[in-house]
Amino acid sequence: MGAYRVILLVTLGVYLLLKGIGFVYGVALPSSVVSMYVFFTFLVTVLIISVTDKGALSLTTPIIEFLYKEEKKKLRKVVFVVLPFVLAFIAYAFTKPSYEEPFTLRVVHPAPPRIVNAYDRNIELEKIKNPIRELTGDAYEEAVHDGGEIYFKNCFFCHGAKLDGKGHFAKGLNPAPLPFTGKDTIAQLEESYVFWRVVKGGEGLPEESAPWMSVMPVWEESLKEEEVWKVVTFIYEYTGNEPRRWEK
Amino acid sequence: MGMTTLRIKKILFPLLFTAFLMPLLCSTAFASEGGVFTPRLWVWLFAQLHLYFAAFILSVPVFVLILELTGVIRKDKRFDRVAREFLAISVVTHIVTVILGVIFAAVVFSLYSNLSGYMYKAFSPTVKLYAAIIIIDIALLYLYYLLWSRLGSGRGKLLHLGIGLLLNLSGIAIMFIANAWTTFMMAPTGVDASGVVVDLWQAINNPLWHPMNLHRFVANIAFGGAIVAAYAAYRFLSAAREEERARYDWMGYIAAVVSILALLPLPFAGYWLTSEIYSYSQQMGITLMGGVFGWMFIAQAAVIGTLFLGANYYLWCGFERAKGGAVYRPYVKYIAIVLALCFLVWFTPHTPHLSSLELKEIGGRFHPLLAPLGLMPAKNIAVNIMILATFVSFLLFRRAVRSSSVSWAAIGKTIQAGILSAAVLNIIFLGVYYGYFADSVYKITSSIPQVLTTLFALISCSVIEFFIYRGGESVEHKWGGASERSQYALIVLAVSFTWLMGLMGFIRSAIRQHWHVYTVVRDVSADAFTPTISYAAKVVSIITLIFLAIIIVIFRISHLRRAGEDR
Repeated sequence: MGAYRVILLVTLGVYLLLKGIGFVYGVALPSSVVSMYVFFTFLVTVLIISVTDKGALSLTTPIIEFLYKEEKKKLRKVVFVVLPFVLAFIAYAFTKPSYEEPFTLRVVHPAPPRIVNAYDRNIELEKIKNPIRELTGDAYEEAVHDGGEIYFKNCFFCHGAKLDGKGHFAKGLNPAPLPFTGKDTIAQLEESYVFWRVVKGGEGLPEESAPWMSVMPVWEESLKEEEVWKVVTFIYEYTGNEPRRWEK
Repeated sequence: MGMTTLRIKKILFPLLFTAFLMPLLCSTAFASEGGVFTPRLWVWLFAQLHLYFAAFILSVPVFVLILELTGVIRKDKRFDRVAREFLAISVVTHIVTVILGVIFAAVVFSLYSNLSGYMYKAFSPTVKLYAAIIIIDIALLYLYYLLWSRLGSGRGKLLHLGIGLLLNLSGIAIMFIANAWTTFMMAPTGVDASGVVVDLWQAINNPLWHPMNLHRFVANIAFGGAIVAAYAAYRFLSAAREEERARYDWMGYIAAVVSILALLPLPFAGYWLTSEIYSYSQQMGITLMGGVFGWMFIAQAAVIGTLFLGANYYLWCGFERAKGGAVYRPYVKYIAIVLALCFLVWFTPHTPHLSSLELKEIGGRFHPLLAPLGLMPAKNIAVNIMILATFVSFLLFRRAVRSSSVSWAAIGKTIQAGILSAAVLNIIFLGVYYGYFADSVYKITSSIPQVLTTLFALISCSVIEFFIYRGGESVEHKWGGASERSQYALIVLAVSFTWLMGLMGFIRSAIRQHWHVYTVVRDVSADAFTPTISYAAKVVSIITLIFLAIIIVIFRISHLRRAGEDR
């Protein structure tokens, strides 16, 4: 099989596989990721083929023959006439105005400030501890239960009954509400970070990567500090996640 | 005349290329507000250029000494000759480093006088020590180079090796002192409430000092090796005589091996440094990996992937050096597939680039299937396996030109395969179980047994390999027969290393954000903002091009000098 046929088949195969995974799973893989994967597959296939002298020749010979062989003269003329049009079309496709809103590389976890002014005092985020974690037995269970009530009275409309970020209002919001399920959101964060996000909401997001456009309310205005800690503890308990910690 | 024109073109081309790229900087909106050449850009330019050259001249004597010692132990003059040629490149580069260092100091002192005044006041004893050691270092370098022939044998050789050792110690001391200043700016300790340094030793021995010392030491060797390998590749490609091709094929091989061996532990040193940054300041840690610099890490991942691929490609091409190598050729595709899979995991972003339609379909920025691949446990699994795959390429590369005489060779190789397979399974288990299904405390610490697993596999397989091939014969092969493609891989390696150093250097420095000295001395200049990813990438790329252009000129000078010596 010719080297170029192998490259085409492998690259196309990987492309179809990635599309197939998205189709079977029900949520397509992002096109940016698919194109990165496909490009890399192409590159690695070329490298594998070109390792041997024979393989390298099988890659270069068709190009040299196409450029210099007399028999390829007609094909050369066609390609060199068509190629500028193809490139022009690609350039046009890239530069034509689009009605789609521009995408942004949003920073989902902005760096927290060292000190947050909340509840009329300065709170050092790296030092603050969740007081609910100091409770034991029934007192702890009760606090988590209270946290659940606070959640369903305030948070569930956006973050959802299953804490998966799919509440009633979720479809209308961009950025979408964060899911707490899975191992890649709150499980990655220290509790003080989650506390900061709840207390200061969308308005309190730092300037880094602004504008944020988050509609997360500033809960400091309607929840007491203890209530915020209760709801923070609840979302970890309910999803079976542990907050990020440096030591036990 | 024709050749001269050709040579001039070779030198001028990168310079002109750089000149044409420079206007790219003007295209960014904010650059036009304060002009293109802002104070920050001047400091950035000269700091990075000085650092590139400093890294190079500190690393070359390390492996020159190792090669010289190897030559003495193995009584092989080739090692001695190649070591001397490496050093010759370093001597020319020393002068450029000193000039760039002086310009850098002048730029910092004139454009950022408050910061330099603060730093000088805090570290003045170390600044004097630094200047003194630089003079000693230059003296030792010239002694080491000029006395090479005179102290060529017997006790003289021992004395010469002693000078080489002292040269390395002085180089390391220079780097340690400069690292103390840099890391103090990130993690200041030993200061009172008003920001005055009250304990100099504490300021030097800050939490990031040793992680940075280790990381830079290892990275310098990998970088220096790659640059010298690129020099050898350049000489190989332009060689007219068979003998010359053979010499530079071998020189490229030695330098590439040094570079690849240093590349293998480099991610671990980087991980230690990053973990210490997190421990020192959660804010700085999140800015680094999850915040505004998260996307620079995707660019970094792509360059690291290129490095690993380039290194492996060079080794795979080396299978062709001897007839015995053909046996190992079928393994290339399997190693490449493993590397490719790891690399795809390595650069899968946690929050991928999404169009608004995709965003709506997914219902958030995290893709349910891909998001777990964007986390550190997945990256740790990928990088450890990439290291092991590169190690396998290296073993096969060596085996291509060796034959074993021991009867238990097959059993030894089976044990090696067993160790490597068990190591891969253990790395995957540790990463998946502790990374996704256990308490976060174990998630962070599980990277340590992963690293230990990799190191165990590397060391134990190397020991077995040594005994399998000890006393065996070298399969007949000819130096100078390397393919041109493999030499281009060496050049790719050098370019990628240079680029990577620039990118990572920017990230490390910029996570201080609007602070000169984090939380102590604030940057109140107009350039205190964090530049966009695009601007930073352009600046780093242009500095990389300038460095490579200067290096090409130095290669030319070394080439001409060598030709003169040969005559």
